[in-house]
Amino acid sequence: MSTVPTSATPVARRRPAPAAGGRGSVRRVSALARAELQLLVRNRTALFNALALPPMTVGLFATIGGIGDEAAATTGAVLLNLLTFMALAFVVYYNLTVAFVARREELVLKRYLVGECSRAEILTGTAVPAVAVALAQTVLGIVAVSVFLEPPAFVNPLLMVVAVLGGALMLTVLAGATSGLSRTVESAQLTTLPLLIVAIPFAGLFGGPGATTGVLGTIGTFTPLRPITDLMLLGAGGLDGEGQVLSFAETFGAAVVPVAVLAAWTALGVLACRRWMRWEPRR
Amino acid sequence: MTAEPIVHVRGARRRYGTFEAVRGVDLDVHRGELVALLGTNGAGKTSFVELVEGLAPADGGTVRVLGRDPYRERRQVVGSLGIMLQSAGFSGDLTVAETARTWAGTLTRARPPADVLGAVGLDHRADVRVASLSGGEKRRLDLALATMGDPEVLFLDEPTTGLDPESRRATWGLVQGMLDAGTTVLLTTHYLEEAEQLADRIAIMKAGRVVRSGSVADVVATEPAVVELVVRNDGGRQVTPTAADLPALAGVVGTPDVDRTGRVRLRTTRLQDDLFTLLQWADARHLRLDDLDARSASLEQAFLALDAAPGDTDDGTRTRAEEAAA
Repeated sequence: MSTVPTSATPVARRRPAPAAGGRGSVRRVSALARAELQLLVRNRTALFNALALPPMTVGLFATIGGIGDEAAATTGAVLLNLLTFMALAFVVYYNLTVAFVARREELVLKRYLVGECSRAEILTGTAVPAVAVALAQTVLGIVAVSVFLEPPAFVNPLLMVVAVLGGALMLTVLAGATSGLSRTVESAQLTTLPLLIVAIPFAGLFGGPGATTGVLGTIGTFTPLRPITDLMLLGAGGLDGEGQVLSFAETFGAAVVPVAVLAAWTALGVLACRRWMRWEPRR
Repeated sequence: MTAEPIVHVRGARRRYGTFEAVRGVDLDVHRGELVALLGTNGAGKTSFVELVEGLAPADGGTVRVLGRDPYRERRQVVGSLGIMLQSAGFSGDLTVAETARTWAGTLTRARPPADVLGAVGLDHRADVRVASLSGGEKRRLDLALATMGDPEVLFLDEPTTGLDPESRRATWGLVQGMLDAGTTVLLTTHYLEEAEQLADRIAIMKAGRVVRSGSVADVVATEPAVVELVVRNDGGRQVTPTAADLPALAGVVGTPDVDRTGRVRLRTTRLQDDLFTLLQWADARHLRLDDLDARSASLEQAFLALDAAPGDTDDGTRTRAEEAAA
């Protein structure tokens, strides 16, 4: 052989490392997101959950009543919140948990990991279509309540944005953690129940006094899905937990606790995701 | 030009709980070279290759790829690596073209997906869902993704398992083409023919250690050649010689073996000399050597002999000495 091994001679033709952030990252996430969107479109169950389930839930509650009892302006905010909430709970949390389990079991997560993508990029790329659907549902919901009902006052739109994006981030990392506790796609139907069944009654979905007062109300304040509702109702209708209508300035004060709860659950979710999410099937 | 090896491993160890799957492996792969890692199932090939690929940290020793620690400095090297795992999956609902395009989107520098699919003979299957592909086609798609980034270093873990002979040859052609273009390749395989066809050097693993390494010729040279024959007298009648009847042979290993049919089988490290002696011996006695079969050892024979060899506790030192000699 013509080359003689010597120590510590640098190797020629070094290629630039993949950009840790910025353009390279956006490109990788977009590639994964595009594939995930194609998979969503081809999976009828997931597509139904994503597109039809949230509006149908809203339609059901609007028809059987119990929501229209409040003032007309409040009704719009409550229905809008219900739509966003269902989209986040089912499209982001439930569908994503199933997607993470499916990609893991078919050894796709493992394939992505041997390439240039970081774990955060893989998580993000998989989550983008679900989050986009939840955002689109919210936007369509805003249009719908504005056209068909007396439009909500949209007292503080910033809080609505925090509710949707913050909620999506929290539920993405919680979905990652939940996927690690689910052996199969089928068992994800069970592992997602604790959050969906236990937290939904505490979420204060139907607003107004009663649902959110007393000891249960206090406990409910600290459950993971509650801040989504609190922030949506504050943002869309200026409604606080007691059913008072607040001004723009007052909504910020009322948002401190929900934002803190949302941030805390997101941080917990990140830790849980790091601890529990698995990237290849258990052998 | 002198250069540090592209892959440089000294004393690599990997443990799973109390089981040590990789027990002090040394290996160098130089630029443009293909090294084939051979071994039976459970020899530790995949566990070892995962260390070099940077998918797991070594529990001991040094692992360097392109001069860096492939696990701790993964981001700096991953753009230069192409990795074909033994088991990585696809989303069955994506088509071949969509799968290739997705992968291309994750690479720093990607060749056009259509070209790469063409190179592995999957261009006509581009619009087929991956779930409908045969096992061999999936393996070729795997290879397409591993080579798409035009890697400097290519890791292939059993790339032709499950392929039909024609696809296997096509894969060899593709790998040979990448070697000719200067790519460095570390390959694991069960197929000795694959190693003979492609490898500049081979390393045979057993129980977590490299028990033999060198060129195919080097490794085979350590195994004795085999001579088989049947002896007949000048009347054409078969004679069954005892070991004592045969001439003294310079390179013979063990005692010649005579089976029930009278067929003599002997192993020798000096095939030419001993064959000459045998022919002279027969000529002087007017004997005929029927069914004469003399052959150098094959890689398969060397491999099986190594695998059957008991006890390998002293291999750490032997391996290192051999590496130095290579």
